[in-house]
Amino acid sequence: MSALSFERFSYSYPGSDRPALREISVTVEAGEFVVCAGLSASGKSTLLRAASGLVPHFHGGQASGRVVVGGLDTREYGPGDLAQVAGTLLQDPETQVVMGTVGAELAFPLENRGLSRAAVARGVEEIALTLSIAELLERPVDQLSGGELQRVALGAALAARPSLVLLDEPTSQLDPVSGDELIWTLRRLNEEWGTAVVLAEHRLERCLAHADRVLVLSDGELVCDAPPREMLSWAAEHQPALQTPAARLFERAGLRPPPAGVKEARATLQSHGLLEPAASPQCDDSAASRSRPRWPRRAQSAPPPALSCRGLSFDLPSGAAVLSNLELSLQPGQQTALMGRNGAGKSTLLRILAGLQEPTEGKVSSEGRVALLLQNPGDYLIHERVDGEVGAEALAEFGLDDIAASHPRDISGGQRQRLALAIVLSGDRPSAVLLDEPTRGMDRAAKGDLITRLNALSAAGTAVLVATHDTELAAAMAERVLLLSGGRIVADAPTAEVLSGGWHFATETARVLGGQGQACTPEQGGALLRARMTIEAAP
Amino acid sequence: MSSVAESKVLLRARSSVCALYGFALVALALAFTHPLILLAVAAATFGAARLSGVQHQLRGAVRFAIPLALMLAVINGILVRDGVTVLWRFGELPLFGQVDVTGEAFVYGLLLALRVVVIIAASALLVAIVDPDDVLRRMRRSAFRSALTAALATRMIGVLTRDARRMDQARRCRPDGGGNGRRAQLLMVGSVAAGALDRAVDVAATLELRGYATRVAPPRGDSLPYSRADRAVLASALGLIALLGVGVGFGLAHFEPYPRIAAVTGLTELLYAALIVLAALAAPLIGERGRRR
Repeated sequence: MSALSFERFSYSYPGSDRPALREISVTVEAGEFVVCAGLSASGKSTLLRAASGLVPHFHGGQASGRVVVGGLDTREYGPGDLAQVAGTLLQDPETQVVMGTVGAELAFPLENRGLSRAAVARGVEEIALTLSIAELLERPVDQLSGGELQRVALGAALAARPSLVLLDEPTSQLDPVSGDELIWTLRRLNEEWGTAVVLAEHRLERCLAHADRVLVLSDGELVCDAPPREMLSWAAEHQPALQTPAARLFERAGLRPPPAGVKEARATLQSHGLLEPAASPQCDDSAASRSRPRWPRRAQSAPPPALSCRGLSFDLPSGAAVLSNLELSLQPGQQTALMGRNGAGKSTLLRILAGLQEPTEGKVSSEGRVALLLQNPGDYLIHERVDGEVGAEALAEFGLDDIAASHPRDISGGQRQRLALAIVLSGDRPSAVLLDEPTRGMDRAAKGDLITRLNALSAAGTAVLVATHDTELAAAMAERVLLLSGGRIVADAPTAEVLSGGWHFATETARVLGGQGQACTPEQGGALLRARMTIEAAP
Repeated sequence: MSSVAESKVLLRARSSVCALYGFALVALALAFTHPLILLAVAAATFGAARLSGVQHQLRGAVRFAIPLALMLAVINGILVRDGVTVLWRFGELPLFGQVDVTGEAFVYGLLLALRVVVIIAASALLVAIVDPDDVLRRMRRSAFRSALTAALATRMIGVLTRDARRMDQARRCRPDGGGNGRRAQLLMVGSVAAGALDRAVDVAATLELRGYATRVAPPRGDSLPYSRADRAVLASALGLIALLGVGVGFGLAHFEPYPRIAAVTGLTELLYAALIVLAALAAPLIGERGRRR
C-alpha cells in the first residue's frame, strides 16, 4: 500500500474561480523521501493540505478526483482520522502548538488516539529524545523561541509515529545549524522508522541531497516528478529559479550533470581534477575567529557613519544578557549582513538600533532616520486598501500601483513585503535601513527583486543592515558580514571571508569548493572553475 | 498554568480537585458580606498562594482589582441614601439630587470593595493552580464543543497578544509613527481583529490535525489513582464546601448594613472564620509536611 496517492485531483478554494491544484496524479510509496518544490503560490501548501485532509474538509471549496492517505480516502475520512496515519507540520509554528506546556503538546495527539497513560508517557519521552527537546518538556510553550516552537510542533506531528509526515517549509524560521539538524532528523526518521516524508521547501539546497524524488508544481500543476539530479536538469531549462547554488555553479562552469548536493558536487569536481582532495572549508583565523574588524580607519574627510553604537548592552528582566558591550558602525551605502544562530540577539539589536527598544547600557547615534522592516510584513498593513497604506508615488516606485485597490491581506507574500518596505521607506530618505529576516518563505525570484531594491538604496547612500539566516542572500547582497554570538560580534569581515570559511555559516558554493578562492556565489565559483579548466587545458 | 516548579501540593494535585478548591473559596467570598468572613477568605487565599509559590500572580490581580474596588466604594457612598449616620451633607447636586454620605453606606461600600478584591484574588488563585490543558482534556469527554471553544480561546489569547505587540512595533516603525489618537488605535484594533480570524482558523486547523475531533476514549481503568496531594486538596475543598453549606444553611455571620450596621460577631463567627482558614490551608500545610517526612 502506498503512503499517499493523488488521482486526477483538482481543487479550488471557496470563492476562487482559479484552481489551486489541477489534475494532480502522483504516488508516494512507503519509506520515500519526497521534496515538493515550486515558486510561491504554485500550490505546494495546498497539496500538503489536501494530503492531510484539511482540503476540502476544513477549508471547503470544490474538489474532484481522489486522494488516498495510508489507505484512507480523504473523501470519507477527515483530518482527525488521517492524523493517525499522517503527521502534518504547517508553516507558522506560532499557531502549531495548542497546549500550555511542551510535555502536554507532545502528549496531545497520543491522548487523542485513546492510548493508555503509560503509552502516552513512553511516546512523549521517545519523541522528546529523538528531537533533542527533552529539556524543554516542562517549559510553557509561550516561553519558547521560534526554532524551539518549530521542533515542538514537529514533535507533536511525529509523536504518534505516523507512516507519512507532511511538512510545509519547516526550516523557514531556523538558523542554518537548526535547519540542517531538522533535515537530518527527518532523514533519520525516514531511514530508521521507514516514515515517508513529503517536504515542501524553498531552500532546495538544504534537502535535495536527502530526497528520493522531487515534485515540481507550477500554477497548481505537477510539471516535473523526477529524482533530484534529473529535476535539476529539468529546472535548468524550464524553471531556472529552482536551481540550487551548486547546480548553478556547475552550469556556470559548463559541467554536467548538475549535482544533488555538496558531496556529489565535490566528488565530481575531484574526478575532474578541479578540486584538491584535501580541500575542505577552512576555519582560518582571518575570518570567523577574528573579533576585530579589518575595515580601514576613517580618514579625516570620510563621511561620518550612517549608524553606529557604542558599548551597547541589553539584559532581560531575569538578568540574562542578550547583548554585551557591542560596538558597531555602518558607513553610508554599505550593505551588511547580520548573522547568528536563533536567539543570538539579532532582532533585539535591530530593534535597539531603530529606537524601538531602549538598551540597558550604551548609545546609538545615526545621521538621520533609521527605517526598520520587521520579520512579518503583514504587521505593517492596517488599512482596508493597499493605497491607504502609502501614497500613489511610492506605490508606483515599488511596482504596486496595479493592486492599489486590493485589500492588503489579499496580495501575495512578495507584494506584501514590497508594500511594507514602501511604508517604512516613505517620507525622508533614511540614513540606514534595517531588515529582519526579509526572505523568510520567499522564492528566488522574489529574493532577486529584494536584492535589486537593496542595491538601489545602497547606491543612494543608505546603509543597509540585513539580519538573516540565508547565507545565499548574504553572499549575493552584502559586502560585509557580522556574526553575532552570545551577545557579541564574534566575526566582522568581508562577506567572502566569513561565508567561505565554515560549514554552517557558509554558502553551498563555498562548501562545494571548500572555501577555495573565497568564492561564495555560483558566479564567483563558476569563474574560478573555468579559470582552472583553462589552465589545465593549456599545453 | 504557573511556571513555578511543581513541587507544591496545590500545583501537584489533579486539576479537578484544584478547581473544586478554588471555586469553594470564590463561593465563600460571594456568599458572605461579613467583614470577619471576608478577611478569613482573604487570609486563606493569600496563605494558600504563598504556600504554593504563586503569590506574584495574585499580586498582579489585586493591583488590577483595587482601583475597581475603590470606585465601587465611592459610588456606593455617594449614591446609596440608606443609613442613619450622616457623615457629610453635600446638598442638591445636578443629576444626583440630595446627596448625603452616611456612615453605613460608606462602610458597606468599603466592604463591597473588600469583597471584590477577595473574589478576584480567589479567582486568580484558581487560574494559577488549575492546569488548563488538563481541564480541556477532561471537558472534551463531557462537553466537546465548549472544550474546543475554550482550547481555541486559551491558545488565541497568547497568539493575539503577541500579534498586537508586533503590530504596535510595526506601527512605530512607520515614518509618521503610525499616528496617534483614537483613529490610529481603531485601525490597530481593527487590524488585530481581522488577523484574529486567520489565526483562529490556523489554530483550529492544528487542533484538527492533532486528532482533537476524533474523540477516542482512553482505555478503561487507565485513570491514575488519587495521589497524596489529590487527597489532601480534595479534603480541603470538601471542608470548605461543607463550611459554606453550614454557614449559609444556619445563617451564620449575619450582616445587615442598613439602617444601622449590624454584624453578628460572637464566638461562633470567630470559630467559623478560623475553620475556613484552617480548612483552606490544611492541604498545602499538611501535604508539604508529609512530603518532607
